[in-house]
Amino acid sequence: MQHILSVLVEDKPGVLNRVASLFRRRAFNIESLNVGHTDVPGVSRMTIVIDGDANLERVSAYLYKLVNVLDVDDLTAKPMVMRDLAMIKVSASSENRAEIMQMVEVFRARIIDVTNTSLIIEITGDEDKINGFVEVVRPLGIIEMVRTGAVAMSRGTDLAKSNGNGKYRGAVTLG
Amino acid sequence: MKRTGAQIVWECLKREGVEVVYGYPGGANLPIYDAMIDYPIHHVLGRHEQGLTHMADGYARAGNRVGVAMATSGPGATNMVTGIATAMMDSSPIVCITGQVASKFIGYDAFQETDVTGITLPITKHNYLVTDVKEINRALREAFYIARTGRPGPVLVDITKDAQQASIDWTYDDRPIRLPGYRPDQRAAAPAVQQAAELIHAAKKPVILAGRGVFLSNAMEELRQFAEKAHCPVAVTLLGIGALPASHPLNLGMMGMHGEAWVNQAIQESDLILAFGMRFDDRVTGNLQTYAPHARKIHIDIDRSEINKNVRADVGIIGDLKETLQQLLPLVEAGDRSEWNDYINGMKGDSAVRDIQNLPDNGHLYAAHVINDLWRYTGGNALVVTDVGQHQMWTAQYYRHEQPNCLITSGGLGTMGFGLPAAIGAKMARPEKEVWAIVGDGGFQMTACELSTAAQEGVKVNVAIINNGFLGMVRQWQEFFYERRYVATPMRSPDFVKLAEANGLAGMRVTQRAEVESAIRTAQAMEGTVVVDFRVEQEDSVYPMVPTGAALNAMIRRPVANPIAETGQDL
Repeated sequence: MQHILSVLVEDKPGVLNRVASLFRRRAFNIESLNVGHTDVPGVSRMTIVIDGDANLERVSAYLYKLVNVLDVDDLTAKPMVMRDLAMIKVSASSENRAEIMQMVEVFRARIIDVTNTSLIIEITGDEDKINGFVEVVRPLGIIEMVRTGAVAMSRGTDLAKSNGNGKYRGAVTLG
Repeated sequence: MKRTGAQIVWECLKREGVEVVYGYPGGANLPIYDAMIDYPIHHVLGRHEQGLTHMADGYARAGNRVGVAMATSGPGATNMVTGIATAMMDSSPIVCITGQVASKFIGYDAFQETDVTGITLPITKHNYLVTDVKEINRALREAFYIARTGRPGPVLVDITKDAQQASIDWTYDDRPIRLPGYRPDQRAAAPAVQQAAELIHAAKKPVILAGRGVFLSNAMEELRQFAEKAHCPVAVTLLGIGALPASHPLNLGMMGMHGEAWVNQAIQESDLILAFGMRFDDRVTGNLQTYAPHARKIHIDIDRSEINKNVRADVGIIGDLKETLQQLLPLVEAGDRSEWNDYINGMKGDSAVRDIQNLPDNGHLYAAHVINDLWRYTGGNALVVTDVGQHQMWTAQYYRHEQPNCLITSGGLGTMGFGLPAAIGAKMARPEKEVWAIVGDGGFQMTACELSTAAQEGVKVNVAIINNGFLGMVRQWQEFFYERRYVATPMRSPDFVKLAEANGLAGMRVTQRAEVESAIRTAQAMEGTVVVDFRVEQEDSVYPMVPTGAALNAMIRRPVANPIAETGQDL
């Protein structure tokens, strides 16, 4: 069991450090942390996956104490979609290329680079799907692999925020 | 008008109403110092950056305003760390302004470069690294705003030397501060307040636990009204001492590790705890598993992260204490809880018999006697600043404060060396008050260099050194829990009288109880800072004491007959 938090932050130098430092300081384990821009200039969004044992009430209260944190949303129990992206470079020769492409097809992954000796496969999906695919291609010889960590979003158009903090309103008018 | 970054710093401080800055110049903040000459702000040169950060802290706590400390980059800034952490733990509003090496050198291990914003990240409420002269104005305004609002705390602003030196066309930016992620103005939710009122109605044995939040939200009057209306006894935390006058019949006194037995017993037997601006520190609760087992809990705090942190609240209210109590007061019915109050008062007799105050001094000088006499001859109205250790606990027990905001002490971090510099700052914030720094021989020596700051500034602080030749509190733990193996706790100190005199100050030594009064009176009558070296009983302990991890009412009580006093000999 994991908790998935969506955290809106001001896009300022050091914000990632503040958030990461907070988790370290309060002894919460981060399983993955992903950060990128949103549609609002000056606002970034983090998706943080943390250990299921963590006390989420505390995590979110401490996050709110950071001046640059605009909003914290716990997506764990909400209807949501969650995606992870992986790029996997596998050994490939002319003999097994067709076999690999078949597997790629089944998992709805994509091949994004081909050389004489290797392929790079891109796959998007939830964690289980990617883990499953990795196991399937492992016997071929994985040369290297990179994953983004999860990004998540709640379903539907209900933007009413759960926290009652009223910060989100401020966030969307930022800049 | 054309202004350098350094000038903008002072322009901003002036507009924040800053009158005093505690600082130390160096290479990376020289431009700021050079610009200071044109501004009517008083600068106090400390002797060590830890000391001047404590001065700003003492100034902030005593004066209920933001204190300002300044230091240069590198070691100047790292020396501030202890003072900043102290202010953080006790929610004290200070702004620390540090110089930083020029921005082009950042990251290259330049001379006296250190990552101060990185170092202070977990011990500041917020911090800034300013590399652009245009950002100084905004950063300083936000810093003062963040420091003093919500739950107050330290904010550090690190300004590079090139930003201090650069010039711009500048007018003061007084547009409303925009911090969309910072919402200090939390309002208590009405349903929670209603729920709290219902719990109060139902309670037969309620206890209010009042902390420093009472002072920070200026809720002393509301607390008194509430306690009287609900006929509810009030226990205070170390930093809540004075929230209700000591002589008020509903004031039980300090709770916790060195709280009196009846206070902790009342908490353990209570059926409702009303926590007002306090945070259930482990020194206050003892073992959490056995803490107040029959009590429902109402917890009011401005900081949401405190609710349910250590103790689960049945009703948690996030809001300003003063406003919340104003909302709560009309909902609370006047109650008569005489039975409960009488029961608690009945427990006091037992403790009084055990109190060292009632024992003969047999020619020995006890710290409790010294502090009791200090209380008596200052009318309970002095502004008392302590260091950390046994003397701190004895002060909490025996100096009965009638006025609010008159005990300044490092509670959360427990910082030795805090006393003297914080007292200097406190006196400057409230020059009309009689200020006593009660310190131990150990802690005093950590920042004793600030005696010369007091001398240079002509500040009058009375320093009472409770000198027992030991790191007393550690020695006490060694006595109780380490079979009296006094490792590294005996301390040979310099002649404190001569130390005072070397600084151009007066010093006195007291070895008999009969001399205590005249020493206090003499110190009061003198002009400048006075150091009184009270040579007290060496192996005296603070009672009662809740051992770490024990239930709050499982206390080591005072011996009924004190063996030292009985035999007149050291154990």
